[in-house]
Amino acid sequence: MKSVGRQVTFYAMAIGAWVLVAQLHIWPPYLFPPPQGVLESLWAGFVDHSFWIAIAVSMRRIAAGYALSVAIGVLLGLLMANSEFLEQTLGGLLVSLQSLPSICWLPMAILWFGLSEKAILFVVVMGSVLSVTISMETGRKQTPKIYAMAGRNLGARGLKLFLFVLFPASLPFLLTGLKQGWAFAWRSLIAGEMIFVSLGLGQLLMMGRDLNDMSQVLAVMILIIAIGYIVDGLVFRTLERRLQYRWGLSPAR
Amino acid sequence: MTTLLQRFGSARDAFTPSRLTAWPASAVNPASSMRSGAAAGTPKVALEDISLEYRTNGSPLLALDRINLQVRTGEFLCIVGPSGCGKSTLLHLIAGLQQPTSGEVLIDGEPVTAPGTDRILIFQELGLFPWLTVGDNVEFGLKLKNTAKAERKKKAEYYLRLVQLSQFADSYIHELSGGMRQRVALARALATEPDVLLMDEPFAALDAQTRDLLHDELERIWAQTGRTIIFVTHNVREAARLGDRVAVFTFRPGRIKREFLVTEPRPRQIEDPAVSRCAKEILEDLREEINKSLEQEYRISS
Repeated sequence: MKSVGRQVTFYAMAIGAWVLVAQLHIWPPYLFPPPQGVLESLWAGFVDHSFWIAIAVSMRRIAAGYALSVAIGVLLGLLMANSEFLEQTLGGLLVSLQSLPSICWLPMAILWFGLSEKAILFVVVMGSVLSVTISMETGRKQTPKIYAMAGRNLGARGLKLFLFVLFPASLPFLLTGLKQGWAFAWRSLIAGEMIFVSLGLGQLLMMGRDLNDMSQVLAVMILIIAIGYIVDGLVFRTLERRLQYRWGLSPAR
Repeated sequence: MTTLLQRFGSARDAFTPSRLTAWPASAVNPASSMRSGAAAGTPKVALEDISLEYRTNGSPLLALDRINLQVRTGEFLCIVGPSGCGKSTLLHLIAGLQQPTSGEVLIDGEPVTAPGTDRILIFQELGLFPWLTVGDNVEFGLKLKNTAKAERKKKAEYYLRLVQLSQFADSYIHELSGGMRQRVALARALATEPDVLLMDEPFAALDAQTRDLLHDELERIWAQTGRTIIFVTHNVREAARLGDRVAVFTFRPGRIKREFLVTEPRPRQIEDPAVSRCAKEILEDLREEINKSLEQEYRISS
């Protein structure tokens, strides 16, 4: 309760200061709009459907890209966990690739796929697949052997052993990777959209710049933060909380 | 054969003060000499010349050395030995989770090649699944057998009642105490209705009161279900309290040093003087092996 009070005070003061500085007219409003200007832009964007369309397009892209990278990542992670050769070769490569900002894949994507949806999908997948792969591999490796033994002992083998024992046993690890992968996918998508792809939130952001409309820029930024926050809070926190409850892990804060 | 004391040939046994019979391993076949009639035919579990060799850093280590052992249907066999004597490994071999280097494990005369739900191992670490509720843990083996859902529920309920955990079916594992987890593992193993129950130091981590309680429960369930139990422990009193027969293992390589027959009537209590006397006698035999294991440890650490 105390922390909520602090947060309310903090945001009230920040917005108050914003209004005050805007009132002083040190910079022209198109460079430093007041909060109400940003709100108007947000409202206008939703009323003329441009925000809805952008959200829909971006969400569709991230859904496809993220689903693909989860599928590839889980598979690759499992392969690596089961093969010492792959782990020593591909494993090292993937870790070093992780230090590459995902937007660096864009030139390659454009050369291969042109200015198309495929190119953005490629960037999103490259941005997030590594986190999923590495967490799946760690999950399979760090999972205590006892679960597999107990599962085999009770008659599980092959696919059933994987589905009913090995996979759920490595979920705590995988979930961390899924969460990180989503965050990376979201960043990659917006970055990619800003640079070339038509429609989507990233492109809306750049349009604000082209129109010299700081209100729109801020409005879209707020939108991007909000969506990221909602997915993280609604989907991943819920999953995390449920898993922590089941396993009896200490809840995160 | 109904005297207080069951004596066999050797002079040593003449002084045995308890209802305990000792004889060197492999000298007598206990099954054939003890309960005449009941043990006719193939034993439930037979280990024939089981040896297991590990390769650690190139040098071979003999963990188990030509183990021969037979267990009757419905018998409660305890295996005691110093830590590191390979007694847990032996259970893994019987469970089919591991293969011996040579020799064979026979169940009802049939060689074991893979895990099977006719013999369920309760691990020392239990290996309960934290992502499932207590009820789902107990149902797990049945689900793999493709048992119908209603039937599964019914059996899980029955076995949870048997271990007195009915109210905890919807709890998760971490919400239970050590003793309760132990009982979930027992219920999960029993639910698949195995002929043979393999137990690997299941009560080692529990406090004395809980352990006594679980001894009573295990004895009751064993009497009620008629399962064959092979129970590994390092606690000699526990072995004398629970077993029909106690096999003492040597320290590395694991060999059966001697077998004791405990004929104290049941139900027994761990504090029964007769149980203590049996335990004392078994311990005398075991002490030599424990000393060997300690010596080895000192040699490695110094």
